[in-house]
Formats: sequence, C-alpha cells, structure tokens
Amino acid sequence: MKHFISKPFITGITLLGLLLVLVGCGLQTSPVADPKGPIAILERDLLYTAFFIMLIVVIPVYFMVFWFIWRYRAKGGTGEYKPDWHKSSIIEVVVWSIPAAIIITLGYLVWTYSYKLDPYKKIATPENTINVQVVAQDWKWLFIYPELGIASVNELAFPVDKAISLQLTSDTVMNSFLIPALGGQIYAMAGMTSQLNLQANETGRFRGRNTQYSGDGFSMQFFDAVAMTQEEFDEWVANAKSQPKPLSTVTYGQLAQPTIGHDVEYFSWVKLGLYEEILKKYARRPETTLRRHPPATTQPACEGDTPC
Amino acid sequence: MSTYSPKTTGSPGPTEETLDIRDLGFWLYLMTDAIIFSLLFATYVVMFQNTATGPLPIDVFDIKHVFAETMFLLFSSVTFGFASLASVREHKSQAVFWLIVTIVLGLGFISLEVIEFVGMIESGAGPQTSGFLTAFFTLVGTHGAHVSLGMIGIMVMIFQILIKGLTSPVKSRLHRLGMFWHFLDIVWIGIFSIVYMPGWLI
Amino acid sequence: MLGRLGFDSLPFYSAVAFSGASVTVLGGLVVFLLVTYFGKWRYFWNEWLTSLDHKRIGIMYIALALVMLVRGFVDALMMRSQQAIALNNDGYLAPEHFDQVFSSHGTIMIFFMAMPFLTGLINIVVPQQLGARDVAFPFMNSISLWLTASGAALVMVSLVIGKFSTAGWTGYPPYSGAEYSPGVGVDYWIWALLVSGVGSTMTGINFVVTIIKCRAPKMRLMQMPLFTWTTLCTSLLMSFAFPALTVVAAMLGLDRILGFHFFTNDAGGNMMNYANLIWIWGHPEVYILILPAFGVFSEVTATFSQKRLFGYRSLVYATAVITILSFTVWLHHFFTMGSSPNVNAVFGIATMIIAVPTGVKIFDWVFTMYKGRIIFHPAMLFTIGFLITFVLGGVSGVLLAIPPADFLMHNSTFLVAHFHNVLIPGAVFGYFAGFQYWFPKATGFTLDRAWGVRTFWFWIIGFYLAFMPLYALGFMGMSRRMERYEMAEWQPFLILAAVGALSVLIGIFCQGMQLYVSIRDREKNKDITGDPYNARTLEWQTSSPPAEYNFAKVPDVQDIDAFWDMKQRGVAYAPAQDYEDIHLPRNTGIGVFLGGLGFLIGFAVTWYIWWLVALGFLGVLACLITRSSQDHTYEIIPAAEIEAHEKARIKALEAHKPTPGDFWS
Repeated sequence: MKHFISKPFITGITLLGLLLVLVGCGLQTSPVADPKGPIAILERDLLYTAFFIMLIVVIPVYFMVFWFIWRYRAKGGTGEYKPDWHKSSIIEVVVWSIPAAIIITLGYLVWTYSYKLDPYKKIATPENTINVQVVAQDWKWLFIYPELGIASVNELAFPVDKAISLQLTSDTVMNSFLIPALGGQIYAMAGMTSQLNLQANETGRFRGRNTQYSGDGFSMQFFDAVAMTQEEFDEWVANAKSQPKPLSTVTYGQLAQPTIGHDVEYFSWVKLGLYEEILKKYARRPETTLRRHPPATTQPACEGDTPC
Repeated sequence: MSTYSPKTTGSPGPTEETLDIRDLGFWLYLMTDAIIFSLLFATYVVMFQNTATGPLPIDVFDIKHVFAETMFLLFSSVTFGFASLASVREHKSQAVFWLIVTIVLGLGFISLEVIEFVGMIESGAGPQTSGFLTAFFTLVGTHGAHVSLGMIGIMVMIFQILIKGLTSPVKSRLHRLGMFWHFLDIVWIGIFSIVYMPGWLI
Repeated sequence: MLGRLGFDSLPFYSAVAFSGASVTVLGGLVVFLLVTYFGKWRYFWNEWLTSLDHKRIGIMYIALALVMLVRGFVDALMMRSQQAIALNNDGYLAPEHFDQVFSSHGTIMIFFMAMPFLTGLINIVVPQQLGARDVAFPFMNSISLWLTASGAALVMVSLVIGKFSTAGWTGYPPYSGAEYSPGVGVDYWIWALLVSGVGSTMTGINFVVTIIKCRAPKMRLMQMPLFTWTTLCTSLLMSFAFPALTVVAAMLGLDRILGFHFFTNDAGGNMMNYANLIWIWGHPEVYILILPAFGVFSEVTATFSQKRLFGYRSLVYATAVITILSFTVWLHHFFTMGSSPNVNAVFGIATMIIAVPTGVKIFDWVFTMYKGRIIFHPAMLFTIGFLITFVLGGVSGVLLAIPPADFLMHNSTFLVAHFHNVLIPGAVFGYFAGFQYWFPKATGFTLDRAWGVRTFWFWIIGFYLAFMPLYALGFMGMSRRMERYEMAEWQPFLILAAVGALSVLIGIFCQGMQLYVSIRDREKNKDITGDPYNARTLEWQTSSPPAEYNFAKVPDVQDIDAFWDMKQRGVAYAPAQDYEDIHLPRNTGIGVFLGGLGFLIGFAVTWYIWWLVALGFLGVLACLITRSSQDHTYEIIPAAEIEAHEKARIKALEAHKPTPGDFWS
C-alpha cells in the first residue's frame, strides 16, 4: 500500500485537477463548444446529450473501481473475502441490459439526427440560399459563386441571414472541408461532387481548414468564412467585381499550381462551366455513359463507395 | 536465464496427427486466399464501368478463347482428381502420369491466358488504360499466378513421388495441393461468371 | 544496376535526418560488435535465431517490440516538441520531415510495436495455457517472426537510405500515389506492410489451429483461460482481416510501380475503394490489438484479486460478439465521405453496439475485484489504470460513432486523443501488464517491483497530460498532423502535451531501469517454483523458464482454473508413473532466410532493382521447395532424460516448500 498512496499518486491527482481546469477554460470559447450556426449548435448539443447519457454507466464504474480497490486491498482491506464467488445472474442481467438500453437510446438519436443533419440536406429555400462551388487545390481553397460570376481564394463570404449551399470537389488529392464554428465536414475528391449546407447565426470571421493531410502546405491551408450583413456582402461582391483578374482557363491553370499560405484573392469574372470542366478532367466513365446521368452539378454526388 | 535444453536423439517425421493438423491449417489458408479473391472481385465490380477513355468490356473479351481456357482448367481439375485417387490406391506410376497430364492442361490454360493478355496489351487495352482494365488484369492475373505456382507445386510433387514414393507425408502434401488446385477451379468459375459473362451480356 | 539507388539517397541533406541515420547505424554496429566481441554469434544462431521453440520465438518478438517502442516513441517526442514550439514558425522540423515522423510513428506503433508485442505474449503463454508442447506449426511460427522483423528492418533502413512515407500510417491515395508522392517513402511503407502482413496472417492461422487442435485432451472450449479465448478471436481476426491489407497494399503498389489505376484521380481510379479496403482490415486490426490485452487483464485481475474470474461466460461471449461485430463497422472511419444518412446511421449504430460487450467486460473485471484480496503488483496497477482510463476512450469512441458529431471531430486532435485513449490503456497497458506478469515465466526470475510501480505512474500521468489537452484542442478546431499552426490559444495545450510526452519518456526510462535492475539481481529474484503469484492457469505449472517440452505429462484438466484446481486437489506437482519419448521440431534456419529474402525483395522493389527482386523470389521458391521436401524435421527427447529432469525439479520444489502466495504476502 505504501506505493499506492505515495507521492506520485498525490502529484498525479493534483496535476489532473489542474489539467481539467485548463481544459474547461479552453473549451468554453472553442468553436465547437460555442458554435455560431444552427447546424453546429445541433451537432454540439447532440454531442453533449450523448456524453451525459453515457455518464449513467461511467460514473458507477469509477465509483466501483475506487471503492473496490480500497475496500478489498490485500493489506488492510476490510471487505469480505470470497475467493470462489464468480457468478450472479442479477449482476449479469444488469451489466448487459443497462449498456444495451443506453445504446438503444443513442441508436435512436443516431438514426434521427443522421437524417436531420445530413450535410446534403438543403436548410433554406432556394431564394434564401447562396450557392458556392468549392475547389480544393494545393494548398488553398477556391470559392466560385456561380450566380454572381465571381470567385475568391481562401475567403468564403456570405450574408448572415442566408444559408450557404456548397458543392465541393478537388483538383488535387483528397481534402476535407471543415468550419468548426458552423459545423459539418465533408471530403472533397477529384472527379466527384460532394455537398455541404451551412448557416451562420451571427456575423463574424470563422476559421475553416482542410483537415485531411495533403502535403507540404497542409498546415497553412486555412481560410476565413466571413458571415456579414447583406450590405457588407453587396460591398464585398462589388469589390470582387472591380478586381482586375478574371478566372479563365489560363488563370485557373496558374492558380492551380501548388502554393503555400496563398493570400486572399478575388476574381471579377469566372468562366462559365469552369467547375464542371474541373470535374470532367477526372471523369471515370466515357462521355456516352455520363450523358445518361444528370449533369454533374445537380447530381446527388457520390454516396459511400458508389462510383460516379 | 538458463533454459533446460535436453539432449535429443533421432530424426522422426511427422505423426498422422500432425498431418491432420496440417490439413486444418491449409483449409484456413485457403479461406484467407478466398478473402483475397473476394476483395479483388468486389474491386472489379466497383470498377468495371470505369472505362474512362479505354475500351468497354464487350470490346475486349473473346468468348471462344475464354471457353477454351475454362475447358483446360476444368479438365485439369478432373485429372488431378485421378492422380489423387491413384495415390490413395498406392499406384505410383498412375499418380505421376495423371499429374503430368494436369501440368500439360495447366500449361494450356496459362498459355491461352498469356496470349489473351498480350493481345489486349498490344491492342492498347493494357492495365494502365483504365480502372476497368486495372481491376481485370489484377483479378485474372492473380488467379493466373496462383495456377502457375500450383504447377510448380505439382512438379515438386512429381519428383517427390518418384524419389520418396507414396509415403504418408508425400500423400498428405499431394492431398493439400489437390485442395489448392480445386480451389483455383472454383475461383475461375467465379471469374467466368462475374467477369466474362456480364462482359458479353451488357 | 542499382535502380533509383544513388549517393543522393544517403541522408546528408539535413541535420535531423543525418542524426537519425547515425543513431540507427551506430546502434546496429554496437550490437554487432558486442555479439562479435563476446563470441556469441554461434550461440545466437543455434539457440535463438533458428529456434522453433515457441517460448524463444515469443521472447524474440517482445525484444523486437521493445526496440521498436523506443523508436516509435522518439517519433512521438519529436512531434510533441515540434508542435509545442511551432506557433507561426516552422519549428525545427521541415514539413516533409514532420510528415515522415508522424507516418513512421503510426506505422511502427501498430505494426512493429503492438503486433510483435501481442504475438510475443501469445507465443510464450498460449501453448502453456493449453497444456500443449508447441504450436501447431512451429516452422511457420519462425517464418512469421522473421517476416515481421524484416518489415521492421525496412522501416529502420528508410532512416538511413532514402526517406519514409509522408502519407500517414493509413497511406490514403491519391496523395500516396505516384503522382503526388513520387519518392521511395510510400514504397518502403507498402513493403513493410506487405512483408509483415503475410507474417501476421500466418500467425493467425497458426494459433487458430493450435487452439482448436492442440489443447490438452480433456480441456473443453469453455474451460480455456480467457487469454486463450481472446487469442483465438484475435487469431481469427488476423487470418481474415490481414488478407485485406495485403490486397490493398499490393494494389497501391501496382498503381505506383506499374502505373495501374486503382486509386488514381484520373483514368477511372477510385480512391474511395481504398478507404473501404484499408478499413475492412483496419477496424478488425484495432480489436486484434485490444483483445489479447483484454485477455491479459482477465488473467491479471483474477490472479491479483486472489479470486476466481467473475462472469467467465459473459466474458467469452462478449469477446466473440466483439470479434464478429468488428467486421461490420469499418465505414465509421469515413462518415464524412458523403454516404447517405441511412448508411452512416447503420454503421454508427453498429459501432455503438460494440460498446455493450466492451462495457460488460469492464463490469466483469470490476466484479472480479469485488470480494477479492487485491495485490498491487505492477501488472495489477496497469490493469486498474486501464479500467479508469479506457472508459474515457470508450466514451469518446461512442461520441465519434454518432455521424453528425463525427462531422465536427473527424480528423481533429480529438480523434487522435480518442484512439490513443483506447490503444494506450487498452492495448499497451495490457501488454505491459502481461510483460510484468509473465516475465518470470519466460526468464526464470521476477521483475523489480519498485521500478515497475514507477513505470506505471510516469506512464499514466504522462498519458493524461499528453492526451487530455488534445481532446480540448479538437474542440478548438485543431486538425491532426499539423507541423505548424497560427492559433495562439492552442500553444499552452500543446506545451502541456509535450510535458506529458516527457513523463512517458521517464516511464520508458524506468522500464529500462527495471530490466537492468532485475537482470542484475536475477539470482536473488529467482522464481524457483514456477508459480510466483499463486496463480490459476496451466502456464504456472511448468518450471520457470519451462523445459523445452513444457509439460512432461499432458495435464489433466478438470476446471476453468485448471492449475488452481490441481493445487486444491494436491496433484499439481505429482510425479508421473512413467514418462514417454517426446517429439519436438528440430531447429532450422530456413525461417531466417525467408525473412532475409522478404527484406531483400521489399528493398529491391522500393529502389527498382529488378534483378534482385527476381533473385529474391527464386530464393523464396528454393527455400519453400527445400522445406517441403524435408520429412525428418523432428527430434526425440528420450523418456529417461525427461524423467531425470522432472525428478530433479520435484526434489527442488520439495526443498523449497512452496507455500502458496508467499511471494507477495
């Protein structure tokens, strides 16, 4: 026993306490714990609900472990010693059924929320939605606004009262798109379109990044999602339109060259169908079979391992 | 540390019990190999429409050629069966004879397959052309590699029978090699019905 | 002639790479010179390298695992220190170097630390728990060992010649394809996996057959010790999951070397297929690592609670359920790939269901302690540390199994914290517990207790310090694998994590000290009885270390705790009436040659030295044909020899008068 409640034990507990305090402070203001959009709020609440439901079984385990190792310790333990006791139907039933009940509850949550928070599900009417086509490049993000005919690099601006509907693809290796404060995450893969629907509740700049390791510039591949008022957004669009550079096939080719820590950049004009061209570069099937499917932009994109 | 290492004598072979254990081990090996093939099949099914700019399945498969391959392989399975029966009846020369016939049939199968592959590659339908052809060459090629290894095994067994006679370790090896050979036959039937048949039907 | 190999492959381009290479080369040189100086080459070759004795093969596996643990941990230390300082600067590791470090850390810890460690424990213990004299396929066992070792050697060589992969331990394409990773790194990775993966498949087959066919005749399946049960399940998983790894690694290799299009962006490749295939292996792999540790915890809890294991049946069924379910959950590794909600939900729920049998196991261990007499042996400390820590990992695992919650946490440091929180207590602590527990059985002397206790405390405190901050950083939006970052609020947490890594470093130092002190005092700590803890299962009936044949007489099993039951009946050390000749496999060097050829082939393919590849495969064929033509591969231990030895042992036991439990009371 001397070893058990010795100095390292006390030091350990103290350090652990300090750690928890620090963790708590950091968490409170973190983008996941303090989200800025309806999707992220629901996702966070789901996370917390599941966590608290699981405490039903976690707390008794902790309690029992510490109580038992104290009470039944070999030197000085006061508990009864029954070396052959090894069966109890009641305990068996309880330890199988309580975790099972918890998992059934959580399973119900998983099922309903998987539909509710499906990243492909539109969250607003078309007139209240801004469509953005997102292209992952080495090592930056290109945002094309097809209806506005403009594009930006490493800055995703949108009015706060509208939902954003993203279509994502990659012109390089697989990337993963995440804005923690707004929730949702989806892979961007070459030759395929995936979708993500997000919304912000308040104005602000939220950090987004590629989370899927993609090479040398990976750590610097972040951008700001900027939720702004409608007036600010109109200004932002006007500013983009006044930029000297258009996004043609040639300038796109230059942009697609690998760069690390690329600055924010705007394009006043975007070649029509540029996004579809990027997709088509990696077409898996010949044109003839492609035509039988709806065009790539409206396609429900790839599900699981179904090729498109 | 000082492990007790006893003095030993003699050099016996495996007991009947050990041979029985080896059979179970070989069954398990065949199951792992079956997993390899099933994943290659799954990959083929996922990828056979990914022809990109290359030819479609119907453009590259030749029904008569594949039918001939199938016949060679199926009959080699039958002749291996005869060899096994001969070994059970302790007919050394018969067993060797049927094993040689099996090798000849196997060679026929492999050469037809090589001709098919070379023809495809020359016509621009090599494995680098498209996802479909990558999956095709890998699946069918893996089977072909197994058959080739099986033929090396048969050759080794022929020599063992000639040199050692039909002793119980030799018979047990021949038995397991037979399981391997029949297993490859079953895989081929899978290839025929999942790769080639839909290729003509679609 | 030498393919891509040239002088520029040597690590003279950076100081960090050069020092890594120097340490590797010098380490190898020191070992070589020491063995030569003491003239032990013949001894090593005859008694160890060529040995087919499962106990020696097990010890060699564990030696390999400990060496690779140090290597993998150095990688971890480098990552932690880099991230502690790299706020808005490049730190001391260039991106390309940092990427190699995290790739090799994951690869080494999974394939060349955890796998050999658990395989080593299984090798030493399982045949003895079964009352068997050897495994079903001793020669194949030797091949498995040497293939694993040659995979590890390939990873080590990449430090000196060329570079290692930068694509992470799962090597996702298209990044790992030839277009985006043209160097030799990914090829090293592929071949290390292919070579060692074949070894693991064979280990799996070997132990399934051993457990099914080689049990003591009276031992029923439901009388097998829990460690044997978990080994059976792990072996089944190894046999059925590792072929998937072989397939996927070979496909990636074909893409890279021959220009195939399995996973490329263009020409009809489909990288989503890679994600599926690798996780069809990868998720069972997690249970391959954890189940044997669960077995260790079962043995250790019962022994050191001095009580019969609670809920034996529950534990067996829970293990079997986990085994089956582990094949049905792989998609949870990529909920964010855009599957439809019903697919995600099904896999999410399947994942959560695994929490039920796992929870049951936890309760069974807790109730084993209930009404026991708990001895805080280091092995038991690791078990208690596991119980309280693993629960957290389970909770974060269930959270990640909820697809919408996973969208927030996928690829973040929360994920990193989760799987370390599962694998460090769930696997590593289990192996350490097994190491502390069975060490006297393998070597004949017990481990020093004080250093063992220190090891435990530094490891567990280090674990919490290193990984709790990562949970928080996941909430703060930090991705895994970042070599630098721009968010100032992350830095305190990363410094804390680095302090945790330092604590683990001290823990590893304590392990080294424990080994040193114990070997120094080996005469004092001799385990004369072979049963130092008054334990319950059959492996404690043999002497420590056991004779080559383990059991002179096949034990008469009548109970789950077979040896305990024999001690109660007073027949545990009863001399036999008559002894018989025992057949054991004769040592052979072919396994070593096959391992060497595996290394050669892997190395040659990596560097495109095609003639060497052909030569290597011819060598493999020659080895296999030679072996398959050998009939007389056994040797006989005469009955008289055995009788003399066993009588001497019984005499020594009587002189020592083993009073049960005297070691720890």
